[in-house]
Amino acid sequence: MDLWFSEKHTPDVKLSIRIKKQLFCSESDYQRIDIFDSEEFGRILSLDGNIMLTERDAFIYNEMIVHVPMAVHPCIEKVLVIGAGDGGVVKELTRYERLKHIDLVEMDPMVVEACRQYLPGNTCQLDDRRVNIHYENALKFIRYCENEYDLIIVDSNDPYGPSEGLFTKEFYGNCFKALREDGIMVNQQGSPFYKQDADAMQRSHQRIVATFPISRVYQAHIPTYAAGYWLFGFASKKYHPLDDLNADSWNKLQLRTKYYTTNLHKGAFYLPAFLEEMLEAVEQ
Amino acid sequence: MNQSTLKNKLDQTKAPIYEALEQFRNRRVVPFDVPGHKRGRGNPELTAFLGEQCVSIDVNSMKPLDNLCHPISVIREAEELAADAFGAAHAFLMVGGTTSAVQSMVLTACKRGDEIILPRNVHRSVINALVLCGAVPVYVNPEVDHRLGISLGMKLEQVERAIKEHPNAVAVLVNNPTYYGICSDLRGIVKLAHEHNMLCLADEAHGTHFYFGKDLPVSAMEAGADMASVSMHKSGGSLTQSSFLLAGPNINEGYVRQIINLTQTTSGSYLLMSSLDISRRNLALRGEKVFEQVRKIAEYARTEINSIGGYYAFGQELINGDSIYDFDPIKLSVHTLDIGLAGIEVYDMLRDDYDIQIEFGDIGNILAYLSIGDRTQEIERLVSALAEIRRCCQRDKTGMLTQEYIPPQVVASPQEAFYAPKESRPIMETEGMVCSEFVMCYPPGIPILAPGEKITKDILEYIRYAKEKGCSMTGPEDPEIEHLNVLAEVTNKTY
Repeated sequence: MDLWFSEKHTPDVKLSIRIKKQLFCSESDYQRIDIFDSEEFGRILSLDGNIMLTERDAFIYNEMIVHVPMAVHPCIEKVLVIGAGDGGVVKELTRYERLKHIDLVEMDPMVVEACRQYLPGNTCQLDDRRVNIHYENALKFIRYCENEYDLIIVDSNDPYGPSEGLFTKEFYGNCFKALREDGIMVNQQGSPFYKQDADAMQRSHQRIVATFPISRVYQAHIPTYAAGYWLFGFASKKYHPLDDLNADSWNKLQLRTKYYTTNLHKGAFYLPAFLEEMLEAVEQ
Repeated sequence: MNQSTLKNKLDQTKAPIYEALEQFRNRRVVPFDVPGHKRGRGNPELTAFLGEQCVSIDVNSMKPLDNLCHPISVIREAEELAADAFGAAHAFLMVGGTTSAVQSMVLTACKRGDEIILPRNVHRSVINALVLCGAVPVYVNPEVDHRLGISLGMKLEQVERAIKEHPNAVAVLVNNPTYYGICSDLRGIVKLAHEHNMLCLADEAHGTHFYFGKDLPVSAMEAGADMASVSMHKSGGSLTQSSFLLAGPNINEGYVRQIINLTQTTSGSYLLMSSLDISRRNLALRGEKVFEQVRKIAEYARTEINSIGGYYAFGQELINGDSIYDFDPIKLSVHTLDIGLAGIEVYDMLRDDYDIQIEFGDIGNILAYLSIGDRTQEIERLVSALAEIRRCCQRDKTGMLTQEYIPPQVVASPQEAFYAPKESRPIMETEGMVCSEFVMCYPPGIPILAPGEKITKDILEYIRYAKEKGCSMTGPEDPEIEHLNVLAEVTNKTY
């Protein structure tokens, strides 16, 4: 038997992965949740048919969204993670002993339940004593926060669907308000390659630039995401992602990583010409 | 079977127009009739845009599909089902918007020279109908909430006074509710009107859900009103421009049909009619549950908006038993003046900066329209955007104008003024003259000036301020509203 999972990256391009077995399938109040097992990518979490993570390449995303801000801001203690019910980002964060408090806001409890059951390697740190899970709409949660966090990580789904609210001006504005005076917001910024993704990426960049004094974009190579090419946004009130990188002190922590290094950190902010042009177009 | 079907006599699971169209499509009838696009083949760009499903049922009246001008089969059945669902004696499918329903209602009740009692904060369609038929308005000045700057309902005693002063009036027209969700004592007004041999007509453009939801203000048919215009396309979910005209047992159905046919198209759109049919079925079967959900969303939004500070999302606490006899809890109106921004400014910011389109903003308030399609996640966006607008754009409110109700000085009937000799004058030179056209912000479409009303200094100041704040002004012949048509000098002198 030949069973394939396909995700359309555009109406004319798709990524297909041969599936060994479907482990989970359910419709929550917000979305359809599937977990598959595959030969090449191991277990795969899909929301509404979009791959969120695979066991094989999730480390790239998790490391890049966590270590970049952690290597810049010298004294992050309190972190807010939005989305990320799969637990991967939290797992990476809990490796830092200096973190005192992590709030995780996930709207869909079923995502967490399904991942606890089928992706235990990912969710294993969700029970860390510093982690507090809030099952709530993130826009609502953050409306009530002011001057509270050193770091906000926005680990959202793509901008078409239930995560739409996490790509809006009102959301970024509320993040700004929720951060302390030297706080940083890092968000997954989509892919610049295909037209529809690129438009959404530009729109959200435009909104972040309008909200934060420092706003830079960095990149990573993630095989199962659209075009295999992914962007992150680094928005900050005070620290510059390159000028304020504390490479030595981060390296002293001796955290073993598979993708992130402080050298790669610098390189990730050097972008291809077409992308620079797209970003500059909306920065005025 | 659920609650709402129990109260109906007919089988509300039926949707005869929809079913007839499905059958018709399956027969693959070859069209040698209009419309000329022939199931979309002749207009591939349109078909690609709207979809084949859609254009293939854009068909003409024919025996199996009935005829809106003279319904005898499936449209007739759909009307009977609608009447049953709304608790009316008759229901008419309308394809010219609730405007055409309101006009047909007024034209049914009034002839030339008849007086009709109505609140001044009616929709333009009501006064348009008076221009058409030559009836004379007797305005009841609504109470005003001075803090919010909104017109309220009619007090019972005001209606009674108007009836006493104009015993020959033929009808009383009531907004049920107003755009902002304010209801008058409709049962009381119906009783008064009937005691004096007048009809009671209700503009229910914003009240479709009253017929289906639980614990909502009374609907016109339940209150015993004689006719009601119901915007099914607003809170009811049908396609834009589709609407119902309802009539009670004392109204001659055949006469209403004749009146409707005076102005209604003879090519009624089956897209609109099937959308009415399907939406009626949906509301009859599931309306109670659906509107309970909408109501919860509205209450939640009010609580959240009021906790931001500065804004006031008003609700049923306004009820005073008279000029606010009842309040529609699914309306979400927010007073914005206390953060130093006019409603219209917040309305523009929501759209331009936050990609959120709300129904309208006026001088002091915004209105977000909630209906059967709303979900909490969009409410979170609206609330968060309002919180951000307050954080980033809050201003001192000194110098902000509160919207005031300006009582009209009616000098001539709308028809007389509309057709009289007139001349165009620069707007700021028109003080003291009699206007021969409408001026209004749209939405909400409630005239600031109607034909036949005297132009005062207050009105000119109001128009200037509303334009400055960015309200979309409509009505006059001059689209820039730099000039107004007034009754010509000769005519003006006599007033």
